[in-house]
Amino acid sequence: MEHVFDLLIRRIWLSLLVLVGVSVLIFLIARVIPGDPARIALGPNATDEQVFKLRGELHLDEPIWKQYGYFARDLVHGDLGTSLYTNRPVVEDIIQFLPATLELVIAAGILMVLIGLPLGIISAKYEGRFLDNLIRVIALLGVSAPSFVWAVILMLLFAFFLPLFPIAGRIDTDYDIVRTTGFLLIDTLLMGNLEAFTNALWHLFLPAFALALSGIGQAARLTRANMTETYRKPYIEMADSYGFPKWRIARKYAFKPSLIPSLTIIGLDFAAMLGNAFLVEAIFAWPGLSRYGVAVILRKDLNAIIGTVLIISAAFLIANLVVDLLIAILNPRIRHGR
Amino acid sequence: MQRTAKIILSKPLSIIGVILIALVILSALFADFITPFPSHRGTVVDFSNFNQPPGWPNIMGTDLVGRDLFTRIIYAYRISLILGIVVLLLAVPLGVTVGLMAGYMGRKVRFVLMRMTEVFLSIPPLVLAMSIMGVLEPTLINGMMAVTVMWWPWYSRLVYNLTLAEKEEGYVLAAEVIGASKLHIMFIEILPNCFPAILTKMTLDLGFVILIASSLSFLGLGVQPPTPDLGSMVAEGARYLPDSWWLTVFPGLAILVAVFGFNLLGDAMREVLGTHQ
Repeated sequence: MEHVFDLLIRRIWLSLLVLVGVSVLIFLIARVIPGDPARIALGPNATDEQVFKLRGELHLDEPIWKQYGYFARDLVHGDLGTSLYTNRPVVEDIIQFLPATLELVIAAGILMVLIGLPLGIISAKYEGRFLDNLIRVIALLGVSAPSFVWAVILMLLFAFFLPLFPIAGRIDTDYDIVRTTGFLLIDTLLMGNLEAFTNALWHLFLPAFALALSGIGQAARLTRANMTETYRKPYIEMADSYGFPKWRIARKYAFKPSLIPSLTIIGLDFAAMLGNAFLVEAIFAWPGLSRYGVAVILRKDLNAIIGTVLIISAAFLIANLVVDLLIAILNPRIRHGR
Repeated sequence: MQRTAKIILSKPLSIIGVILIALVILSALFADFITPFPSHRGTVVDFSNFNQPPGWPNIMGTDLVGRDLFTRIIYAYRISLILGIVVLLLAVPLGVTVGLMAGYMGRKVRFVLMRMTEVFLSIPPLVLAMSIMGVLEPTLINGMMAVTVMWWPWYSRLVYNLTLAEKEEGYVLAAEVIGASKLHIMFIEILPNCFPAILTKMTLDLGFVILIASSLSFLGLGVQPPTPDLGSMVAEGARYLPDSWWLTVFPGLAILVAVFGFNLLGDAMREVLGTHQ
C-alpha cells in the first residue's frame, strides 16, 4: 500500500502545480480584457474618482506580475476579494451556492456509474446482438445532446405530462431546513427529518438524471469498448473452456481489467458535469452556483469570475485525485509498485 | 479511401449518420430556397401570428414574435456549422503543432507544453469557454475564439501520444540518420501517420463543438439575437414551458439530430480506421 501512498503524495503535488497554473491562466484571462476592468465593473455612470479608487484597490496600475502576487497572497489566506455584484466576499457567495451544485453533480456521478457501467457490461456480453445495438444507440443519443435539452425533455415528460416529479427547486418550501453543511440530503438527515430527506431526494432525481445522461452514455460506450477488447484475450477463452459460468467470467475476468480505463474517463466526465451543471440548474431553477456564475459573468464581476472558476477547477482536480487513487488501489501493478 | 468509404456505407447506423449530416449541411447551404419564410431569420415581427403551435404553414410553430420556427432552425444550422468548422480550422493546427513539438522535441519542451496543456484541460470545458466569454463581448467571432481556446489542448494531447509512439518507428530513425531537419520529420514524416486519428476526432468534434457552442448561447454567452441560434432559442422558450413546448423541443431536437449524425459517422470511422483513443 505504501506505493499507493507515494503515488498519492506525488499526485497531490502535481495537482497543486496545475492549480497554480489554472490561477495564472484565469487571472490573465481576466486581466487582458480590452478596456479598463474598473470602469467595466462600475458601469458607465461611475465618476472618474470612483474608477480611480477602484483601480487603486485592485492594484491595476502596477505591473501584471505584481497584481498576480497580491492576488496569490490573498488567495493563500482564503480571500478571493469582494464580489461587485453581491457586495459580499466571493468566498461567502461560493460557500452559499456551491453545496447545491455539488449535491447535484455527485448525485449525477453516482447515477452515471450505477447505470452506465452495467449498460456497458450487458452491451459487451451480447456483442453484435439486438440488445447490444439498442444500448449503443441509446448511449450515443445520450452523448449527442447538451444536458439542457435532456433537462427540457425530461421535465416535459416526467414533471408536466406525467406529473411524477416536481418541476423545479431543491425542496418544497414548507420545510424549514437548518443549514449545517448546505447539502440538503445531509442537513435533513442531521435534523432527523426523513420526510424532508425524501422530498429533497425526489427533487434531486430529475435534474441529476438529466445531467448524468451524457455521462451514462459515455461510461456505457467506454466500458463496452474495453470489455469487448478484453473478451478477445486468451485467458477468457480458457475460462470459458473450463466451463465457468458466463456471468462469473463477465464479472470477474472481463469487467475488472476493463474498469480501469473507464474510471479515467469517468473522472473526466465528472469535470464536464461541473460545467454542465450550469445548464441543468438554469432549466430546473436549481439554486446552485449557476445563476451566480452566469450573473457575475454577464456583469463582468472579475473577482467573482476568478473565484468561481478556481473553485470549480479545484473540485475537478480533487475528483481526479480520487479517481487516480481508486485506480491505484484497483490496479495490482500500481498497488504493488511494479 | 474508397475502401474506407465502402465499409462505412455498408453499416446501417453509419448510413443513417451520413444521411443526417447530409440533411443538415444541405439544408444549411440551401436555406434560402427550402425555408418557407427566409426573412424570418432576422428581426421580422408578425404579432398576428405569434406563438402558434405546429401546423400549416408553420410546421414547427412560430416564436413569440411570430417568426417561423422551422426557418429559424435551418438558419441556425448555418451559424452552428460555420462556427464548428472555423473552430476546428483554428484549434486543430494549433493543437497538432503543440502535440508534435511536445512529442518530438526535447524533455524541456515537453515539460512546458504538456503542463500547459494540462492546465487548460483541468478547467471544465464549458467553464473555460464561459469565463473567456465573460470578459469578452458576446459575439459570434468571440464565441469562436472562446471555444477554440478550450479545444486545442485535446488535439495536442492526442497528437503527443501518437508522436511518442511514431518517433520510435524505423522510418523516423531513417530520416534522422539521413539528417532530415526536425521540422521535416515532424510535419512530413510523423504528421501524415497521425491523420486517421485526427480526422476521426474532427468528425466527432464537429458535433461536440456545435453542442458546446449551443450551451454557451443557451447561457446567454454566445451568438446574440436576432441571429438565430439553437441554444438561445431553447433558453428563450424554456420560460414558456409546458404550454409553448415547441419553442424548446424543436430547437433542442435539432441539436440532437446534428450531433447524433456526426457521432454516428465518427464512430464508424473510428472502427474502420482502427483509431482508438
